[in-house]
Amino acid sequence: MSPIITAVVVVAGIGVVCAVLLSVASKLMAVQVDERIPKVRECLPGANCGGCGYPGCDGYAAAIVEDESTPINLCAPGGPATAEAIGQVLGREVGAIVKQSAFVHCRGDCGVTGRKDDFQGEKTCAAAKLLFSGDKKCAYGCLGYGDCERACPEDAIHVVDTLARVDPDRCIACGICVRTCPQHIISIRAESTPVVVKCSNHYKGKNVVTEKCTAGCFGCSVCSIKCPEKAITMVDDLPVIDPEKCVGCQTCVKVCPAKCILPRKPLA
Amino acid sequence: MSVKAIFAIILTAVFINNYVLQQFLGICPFLGVSKKFDSALGMSIAVIFVMLLATVVTYPIQHFVLDQNGLGYMQTIVFILVIAALVQLVEIVLKKHIPGLHASLGVYLPLITTNCAVLGVCIANVDNYIDAATFGAGYVQALANAFGSGVGFLMAMLLFSGIRARIEDNDAPPAFKGMPITLISAAILSVAFFGFAGVIENIFG
Repeated sequence: MSPIITAVVVVAGIGVVCAVLLSVASKLMAVQVDERIPKVRECLPGANCGGCGYPGCDGYAAAIVEDESTPINLCAPGGPATAEAIGQVLGREVGAIVKQSAFVHCRGDCGVTGRKDDFQGEKTCAAAKLLFSGDKKCAYGCLGYGDCERACPEDAIHVVDTLARVDPDRCIACGICVRTCPQHIISIRAESTPVVVKCSNHYKGKNVVTEKCTAGCFGCSVCSIKCPEKAITMVDDLPVIDPEKCVGCQTCVKVCPAKCILPRKPLA
Repeated sequence: MSVKAIFAIILTAVFINNYVLQQFLGICPFLGVSKKFDSALGMSIAVIFVMLLATVVTYPIQHFVLDQNGLGYMQTIVFILVIAALVQLVEIVLKKHIPGLHASLGVYLPLITTNCAVLGVCIANVDNYIDAATFGAGYVQALANAFGSGVGFLMAMLLFSGIRARIEDNDAPPAFKGMPITLISAAILSVAFFGFAGVIENIFG
């Protein structure tokens, strides 16, 4: 047999074997996709922000259809309209929608704290963080170079006087700033949360803290002692409020000597 | 075939003949997917998987089909065909039976079906280890080399994703921003790997 014919026969033979294997496998092992998933996906805004806690809108749509217990009101950018649309597709009741927004756990603007050294690198929080936990006097606070501001898709967070501040009306609670912040001082909170700890430092002692920031929590634990509901525990010299137990009595706001625990919204 | 020889083959493939940093194969995923640690890890595990799988199949094909018919020169086209079909098949099987693994490797598997590093490993195995008389010994060596090459790829990817994370936060001159500084640091990393030359011979020699 001429070598050309051998070559053609062998390669074609291998090709045919592969083709048969593939087509048999694709028939035998076909995976059924639930047709409701693309329908739910169409209701979602497609921002892929990840605010719902699932990997993108596709992930959330799949989770809603596959697991009945997944709440359908988690999409913050879509809001009530989206939840209602999904509810119609699946024939499910829409629960109450909790308005959430990002919250910066720091009060360290240039009036109460300052920079401990003259940082000459790239003006980003991530770069500053690499050198001795940043150039702010407090190693836990907002670095104020605006990584969150650049990451925010809705232009809802801005650095003013070296401190990031959130515009709750614009915030869609997507959580991108939470993941971006190298200091991990931003969290997503329901706007109905009664009180919040507006500080993140783990230093202890009034003299130690005021040297770094005059608005910092110095870990005195008065709030945890005075709280009538025992909703506050001290973790690493910083109060942590259990939202399940908190009744919003504002006792902690009144007793905090450093004024670090504040109402989520200013009292009327 | 002693364990020591297998170990020497694996270490040689990881450090001295590193596919990315010494032989400059598989540069595309090396530069494309090394931005984030997680995706670099996923990609590398998929590469190890595909390299092993490709060697498992292509080595016997070369030994029993191509060489028997005097068709050694057809190896490139046959290997690409077989590897592409095989990865598709594996993807279908994974999707059906191991959805978890499919979810983590799924994106990367089709990306590397006909990657040059994968083909390069198969051809290098055939060139270096095939022995017309016996099948078993060369096959074991080839599998060891494929595994080592995959691990070498993993190491290069993870090292480089760490370096890139640092570069991102650095203030590079405008002309070097982005890809140029990445290529320069890849070159320096590659030069660093030349330091391993001769190490294996002195340990195992």
